[in-house]
Amino acid sequence: MVKNIVDWIDARIPMTATYNRHIGHYATPTNFNFWYFFGSLAMLVLVNQLLTGIWLTMNYVPTAEGAFASIEYIMRDVEYGWLLRYMHSTGASAFFVVIYLHMFRGLIYGSYQKPRELLWLFGMLIFLVLMAEAFMGYLLPWGQMSYWGAQVIISLFGAIPVIGDDLTLWIRGDFVVSGATLNRFFALHVIALPLVLVVLVFLHLIALHEVGSNNPDGIEIKKNKDENGWPKDGIPFHPYYTVKDILGTAGFLIVFCYVLFFMPEGGGYFLEGPNFEAANPMKTPEHIAPVWYFTPFYAILRAIPDKLLGVVGMGLAIAVLFVLPWLDRCKVKSVRYRSLIHKLNIGQFAVSFVVLGYLGAVPATPELTIAARIFTLTYFGFFLLLWIYSKNEKTKPVPERLTH
Amino acid sequence: MSNAPVDTGRRRFLTAATAVVGGVGAVAVAVPFIKSWNPSAKAKAAGAPVEVNISKVEPGQLIRVEWRGKPVWVVRRTEEILKNLATLDDQLRDPASAEEQQPAYAQNAVRSINPEYFIAVGLCTHLGCSPTYLPDTFGEQVEGVPSGFFCPCHGSKFDMAGRVFQGVPAPLNLVVPPHQYIDDGNVIIGVDQGAV
Repeated sequence: MVKNIVDWIDARIPMTATYNRHIGHYATPTNFNFWYFFGSLAMLVLVNQLLTGIWLTMNYVPTAEGAFASIEYIMRDVEYGWLLRYMHSTGASAFFVVIYLHMFRGLIYGSYQKPRELLWLFGMLIFLVLMAEAFMGYLLPWGQMSYWGAQVIISLFGAIPVIGDDLTLWIRGDFVVSGATLNRFFALHVIALPLVLVVLVFLHLIALHEVGSNNPDGIEIKKNKDENGWPKDGIPFHPYYTVKDILGTAGFLIVFCYVLFFMPEGGGYFLEGPNFEAANPMKTPEHIAPVWYFTPFYAILRAIPDKLLGVVGMGLAIAVLFVLPWLDRCKVKSVRYRSLIHKLNIGQFAVSFVVLGYLGAVPATPELTIAARIFTLTYFGFFLLLWIYSKNEKTKPVPERLTH
Repeated sequence: MSNAPVDTGRRRFLTAATAVVGGVGAVAVAVPFIKSWNPSAKAKAAGAPVEVNISKVEPGQLIRVEWRGKPVWVVRRTEEILKNLATLDDQLRDPASAEEQQPAYAQNAVRSINPEYFIAVGLCTHLGCSPTYLPDTFGEQVEGVPSGFFCPCHGSKFDMAGRVFQGVPAPLNLVVPPHQYIDDGNVIIGVDQGAV
């Protein structure tokens, strides 16, 4: 009976073939470690954001007059509204934690290298859209930090010569951030960008399954196949990695739920203090800082004492990640078989990123500004050094088969 | 299917012509979508001038009024403050207000019509935060200058005529909005001579 239904469908759309291609018979390297949890976790968080987001729109009022009050209404009067909202706000931070770790995995194992350049580019586009999505979402509660954060970020476009002022006016739809801005950000946040995001995630997966997953050894498992054409170092994604990812999900949910239930404001980093006060266009909060996931780039912006160059520097910090596949000229992928200098370079890059993140979150003092300048240099230094030494890098011999 | 020989030149021309017409259509359709993001008639109308009574402002005091949704400051400056302004030229980016950040009638040493009252849009020219007025403690930011404006966002500093100090992210002096005095105690912000 079931078989008849499946056959009927398969004669009309390639259901079984698609399942086998992407899950049932998708050959995955045998040596995935914990770094490989974060791709599936990102999908989980995406689903969480979509679901809780849709539910939040049912009670949220996207107007300058009603937005702040409607959030309070959701928090106090809607049944389980507080939970849905905290799932959404904690999910936003979790999304970036997971994505940053996912990107770092790609960085250390060379997952951006040929033939995975397009896979990396789709991933970077996802990151870019995610930042836009998070920024626009943060305006919606219409608190003080929402308002002034949006004011600052939109003003960044004003640094562009000639068209800057008209561009910011066009983005805001008013002379200042106002209800008009809130309305369009709402539309973009709940419809336009999620659509783009889902399409990009689809393309990211298609690109991944076309070239196959990389692994901690950075070896192509497709080069060693048995007589049936199945990679000798491959196992089907289901049931092996579905089960592994369930374990990752369980671990993730423990941490996620702890934050969700015991510290939903994330110590003022996930939901910032001034945002519990309604937007006041007449007064900027004492200390304004973006949400933690933007602070590394914000620190770079602040470190450069020139309006246009600051914006350019911040933009470059993100743009340079796009061209990473072409900056790294080494043929060996995984950090396991690369030179000491590469290991040190990745290490200093990780440190720079974290320190910049800290510096972007605290008020600027002259000493800290100097520090931010130094770490801005080391951040960009990573890419420059990589490009220089990767051409003739002294690497270790790469094994033929996966190691465990 | 006819077996007549294919005229590839003609086919290419027709393909190109179709693509061009289609492209023009797509661009034309994009216009309303893009234009709809501009400020609406309502948003433009909300930019009406506002009248402010300044007769009750104490020396050294700052009051805020809302014009076009932006904070506009009116500060009453003392003789002492005005004297101090003249000593700062070498610390400022644009001491003579050469950049057009003010109407012609405010392009002077104190950046105002009436030296006693300084009127400016209270938004930093860096990224649009509203700087904090430090009437007594500005000396911690710039030595020897007792009062001024300090932006909490990125540390830009302005003197009591809204002129930006060197070495900060803000590139320009604060904007002086168009304004005019109706009489000694009342000023109207958003219009100047002849427009009322």
